Amino acid sequence: MKQMSLKKKRSLIGLSFLSPWIIGFLVFTAFPLIYSLFLSFQKVKITPSGIKTDFIKFENYVYAFTVDSQFTAILIKFLRELLISTPIIIVFSLIIALLLNQPIRMKGFFRTIFFLPVIIASGPVITDLMAQDVTSIPSIEEYAIFATVLSSTGGLLNTILVYLMDNLIIILWYSGVQILIFLAALQKTDKQIYEAAKIDGASNWECFWKVTLPTLYPMIIVNLIYTIVTYSVFALNPVVDHIQANMFEISTGFGYASALSWMYFLVIAFVLAVSVGVMAARGNKKYN
Amino acid sequence: MLDTRLSHAQRKRIDKYSTKAKAYLLGVQGNNGLLFKLAVYSLLIGIGFVYLFPIIYMGSYSFKSLEDLLNPLISWIPSTFYTENYQVAYKVLNLFPTLLETLYVTVIPALAQTAVAAVIGYGFARFEFPLKKILLVLVLITFIIPPQVLLIPRYVFFNELELIGSILAFLLPALFGQGLNSAIFILIFYQFFRMMPKALEEAAHLDGAGNFRIFITIAIPMAVPAIIISFLFSFVWYWNETALASLYFGNALTTLPIELGKFNATFEQLYAGDTSTQNINEGISMAGTMLSILPLLIVYFFTQKWFVEGVDRSGITGE
Repeated sequence: MKQMSLKKKRSLIGLSFLSPWIIGFLVFTAFPLIYSLFLSFQKVKITPSGIKTDFIKFENYVYAFTVDSQFTAILIKFLRELLISTPIIIVFSLIIALLLNQPIRMKGFFRTIFFLPVIIASGPVITDLMAQDVTSIPSIEEYAIFATVLSSTGGLLNTILVYLMDNLIIILWYSGVQILIFLAALQKTDKQIYEAAKIDGASNWECFWKVTLPTLYPMIIVNLIYTIVTYSVFALNPVVDHIQANMFEISTGFGYASALSWMYFLVIAFVLAVSVGVMAARGNKKYN
Repeated sequence: MLDTRLSHAQRKRIDKYSTKAKAYLLGVQGNNGLLFKLAVYSLLIGIGFVYLFPIIYMGSYSFKSLEDLLNPLISWIPSTFYTENYQVAYKVLNLFPTLLETLYVTVIPALAQTAVAAVIGYGFARFEFPLKKILLVLVLITFIIPPQVLLIPRYVFFNELELIGSILAFLLPALFGQGLNSAIFILIFYQFFRMMPKALEEAAHLDGAGNFRIFITIAIPMAVPAIIISFLFSFVWYWNETALASLYFGNALTTLPIELGKFNATFEQLYAGDTSTQNINEGISMAGTMLSILPLLIVYFFTQKWFVEGVDRSGITGE
């Protein structure tokens, strides 16, 4: 009996440490989440006496796909950019982490450089840099080889290449945290595995595919989630802009903006679920 | 022709040199040869340059006068040390008052967020209670909910309470563990407190110290690294947040990044109809950008070790 009450007391104390979070979660996250779902089915009017809502069923959602010509276009553009950028960010940060993991001098200096964008990259700074046209690799478009590559490829591949060239530095700037996550994981892997593999005659190349990549696999999934989330909530994101613009539009208002934000949330959740699901399934099949 | 005339001894010597050269160039273990190192360094330096290119460009252009900007012969190094751009940008940004305001709306929420994340992380790490797993999963889920979904209800809520335009719009969510990326900070503290040895706390417990006292006098002093890391990240993230800040603060409060976003408009307002001064040019806007990131660059210069270690210590890589 005494044992039980002691256990109970400990759990009560634990919950009291958590109480700020529980209250906050209910007030600032759970309630707003439900309230915005509620608003998304309403026509919201702001009157001097407060907010007035009229239930209009799915009209806001229908409006987004029929009347609002911008939303679908922006959303598709965003998804396409996300699909292009995420793999690049992951692969690039993996390469940088592998390079930094080599026995080289000035490791700290290079790490400092690659993390710098995380510190300074706010929306207005990036907008300014884009306005100055310094976000693409310097004078890359002047090289003849790119002109020929561009003219010989058509359609989708072409748009991908142009997008990449124009935004390469910004895409790379997203990878600061991911590099450090990979690097931390690399430094924690046991060196003996590599020695054993080397004795068995594995080359560097084989070591990477057979030893490094499987050990890093969970971190790839972590980075995938981190990349998708930060990419989709970044201030420069056109979808985010569109939602905020519609908030204070007389004809649309809070109700429509809520509907947009919920659709956006569902799309991100779907992308996360699919990409993480596919990666996890692949990892299970290959490495377990 | 030559090698046929080589004596056996000579050939042996050449063999020896060539293995030595091979070892020197390619390395014995595969990753310590000269060629390998050369490749690694050149890749790192090349990519590093591309990475820093926008910042170098910014620095160079911000010191260029109009003549330099128009002169095609001058590409990187301005002809004179020209600081007029900075003087204009300083005026447009209203630097010191804005900086003080920015610090006010970033440091206080960052402190609150760190303190609360420490308490919550400690609760998760040190106590067992029902639904603990589910609550932890909920913490993680709050990370993936885009702020835009919560934005409108929170805005309505703060509007009712007349908190729009006050720091409380940032501070209140932070105080309850729902601030910007709070989930990450809770996880950092959770990992940190979980790895701390239990023995000290047990000893204090036997001496009759209460749980709260143990937390304040034993756990917190040991968690100083996690506190510094959380505070720094939180500070930088709040600083760079402009979408939420401009909405919650309205016209009452401003931050340097918000002022930078309005840079062109403010410039025109200040110099409208003043024909003696120049129009806005690349140099001035780059100087403005430079001034707005300078405080963060200084902070980063002194604290970069903590930022870099922070990711290590967050424990996501598994201990």
